Amino acid sequence: MSLSLIIKREFNAKVRNKSFLVMTFLSPLLMVAMGTLVAYLASVNNDEVNKVAVYDKADLLKPDFKNSERTIYTDLSDLSLDLAKQKASEGYIGLIYVPEVDSLPQLVNKVEYITNETPNLEFVGEIEDVVDKKLTNYNLKVLGFDSEKIEKAQTQSNIHLSKFTGEETFKEGSWLKIILGGASGYLIMMFVIIYGNMVMRSVIEEKTNRIIEIIISSVKPFRLMMGKIIGTSLAGILQFLIWAVIGLTLFFVLSMFGVDVGATSARPEAAEATQQAMEGLPLYVSEFFKLPLLTMFVSFIIYFIGGFFLYSSFYAAIGAAVDSETDSQQFLLPILLPLMLGVYVGFFTVISDPNGTVATVFSMIPLTSPIVMLMRIPFGVPMWQIITSMVILFATFFGVVWFASKIYRVGILMYGKKPTYKEIFKWLKY
Amino acid sequence: MDSILKVNNVVKQYGDYTALNSVSLEVPKGSIYGLLGPNGAGKTSLIRIINQITMPDSGEVLLDGKRLNPEHIAHIGYMPEERGLYKTMKVGEQALYLAQLKGLSKQEAKKQLEYWFEKLEIKGWWNKKIQELSKGMAQKIQFVVTVLHQPKLLIFDEPFSGFDPVNANLIKDEILELRDKGATVIFSTHRMESVEEMCDHIALIHKSNKLIEGKLHEVKKQYRTNTFDVGIAPYNFQQLLADISTKFKTEQADFKTLDDELKLTVTLPQGGTPRELMQYLLQHGEVTYFMEKIPSVNDIFIQTVSQR
Repeated sequence: MSLSLIIKREFNAKVRNKSFLVMTFLSPLLMVAMGTLVAYLASVNNDEVNKVAVYDKADLLKPDFKNSERTIYTDLSDLSLDLAKQKASEGYIGLIYVPEVDSLPQLVNKVEYITNETPNLEFVGEIEDVVDKKLTNYNLKVLGFDSEKIEKAQTQSNIHLSKFTGEETFKEGSWLKIILGGASGYLIMMFVIIYGNMVMRSVIEEKTNRIIEIIISSVKPFRLMMGKIIGTSLAGILQFLIWAVIGLTLFFVLSMFGVDVGATSARPEAAEATQQAMEGLPLYVSEFFKLPLLTMFVSFIIYFIGGFFLYSSFYAAIGAAVDSETDSQQFLLPILLPLMLGVYVGFFTVISDPNGTVATVFSMIPLTSPIVMLMRIPFGVPMWQIITSMVILFATFFGVVWFASKIYRVGILMYGKKPTYKEIFKWLKY
Repeated sequence: MDSILKVNNVVKQYGDYTALNSVSLEVPKGSIYGLLGPNGAGKTSLIRIINQITMPDSGEVLLDGKRLNPEHIAHIGYMPEERGLYKTMKVGEQALYLAQLKGLSKQEAKKQLEYWFEKLEIKGWWNKKIQELSKGMAQKIQFVVTVLHQPKLLIFDEPFSGFDPVNANLIKDEILELRDKGATVIFSTHRMESVEEMCDHIALIHKSNKLIEGKLHEVKKQYRTNTFDVGIAPYNFQQLLADISTKFKTEQADFKTLDDELKLTVTLPQGGTPRELMQYLLQHGEVTYFMEKIPSVNDIFIQTVSQR
């Protein structure tokens, strides 16, 4: 009875808050706007044509620098080197200097790229490729090979992936898994940080408002704490649902719009790219449905609840221990560290080896398991591991709640003291 | 005498610090009970135990003869010294929430709330947020929230702090009315004049121990000093002044009278009676003023606290 009252109040307090409305409806717009901006900026960057000067008196490499969409080469070999340098420093981003040599192989370490900017590594790589190709071909010729025939003899293989069940899989599918797993893990981290903070702030608010003593003369502190955590998480879930609906709607609207643009695009490559993506799409879709979707969904919910409850009881305890948000910093670090660790371990080890030792261990440790395990699940995890990890998570949760509620019970009635870890440890014995 | 609340040998320790050292109290039904003591004496610790906010380490508390249990929450109304409400919540909504937490149904809470809002003439505040109200206004809401669920035991910690004199008087009258309707009131306060004015029973806690408990006038009787304020128009001024100090302990006194007589505070010797003093005075002049000095709660408080 009183628990549901508290949950309702916490939920209403969160949802009716103006910042909740702003966050809920503005942030998807902001995300879309950001995405568009980034895409636009990237395209602006790609549209830019770089002018590069070439100084190659002996005509060794000049023919091999071919103009492309992004780079236009200009020959300045007629000028003297100093004049060419001067000219290049004014109208061009850089000068490729090919010295005169007796035989081509000597060029291997002698070509220079002179520029005042920090050289774009990709472009330097391109220059190196040109030099390498020229020198390799030359070497092959010297050794008596026909470089044209060699080129013809080269093949480009394509490995087909399948399972022992005979099911064909799709290479790009692992990207899908990474994205889905990563997104769920990341989502949980964001949720814990944003809503855990809300739980903490709400505890601090009651403490500074001094209403806390009235409330706990009516309900047990433990119930108040649980009500707060549940109410806040419901508000968070509502926000995520709204985002999901907005996101899906936007996705459909934009994809229809996007296909249209692609088809009528003046640039043939773009149209081709879209077409390719469209051809790939059914594969993605079929791959998507081959994922353990039910397991993913159910475990997302369970890890979401377990992880959020676990962390937010820490947040509640911290809120109870301090008098203002500024004092909470020293206690927040130990909470944020395992969260960060979870995400990093997830992105670095799960992707390279989803069933390796490191990934498996971290998907068992309760503070990181909600994030790491969710990232692993799309790649296929034995059921016993998932269940063990969940059992550990919830067992820890009950332990932490017991511990947090002790701190909470004492802390909410302590005013004006800046607590230390030592002090808080003493509260456990009260 | 029926008691509503019985505290038996309650001990509470915080780490090495003893907040309550085997304290026992008995609060009679229908009384206004003053719980006195300097800061840090243990009053708030005791009140928190009665409200089941904290548990005693040993000892027991009985409400209506039964050990405290969660059902009792609905029968106690508590206004803590550190007051507060949700600043951004609307007054009506907030009061309903708090009343429901005390176990009232929504309809019942609404009914009671309307009664009180009418009574205190604050009907227009229902949809206001606490942060829009003045401190005194918020205090009124706080009072309503405390009494809304018609508790039989009301506990007020420093009830008048923060009220202006008009509102303090209003609240005082409401408290007296609640008492007349059958509620028992526990006051915890430093303001001795309100104790003097309202309480019929007092207890004094000092350094975690209960030192005094009882009916106010009995406590006063116990602390009487046999001291009298005396006004006399002596037949022979010099003679009386010289003589009286040989028989009694006297001091120059200051009280208001109409004439310009000699004013003295006279303390009787061991075993002396007021009658002897009166007879002595009548022999030496015209007695215009004769009154026993009753120890104020303030005197008792200071005397007891400074003794230990």
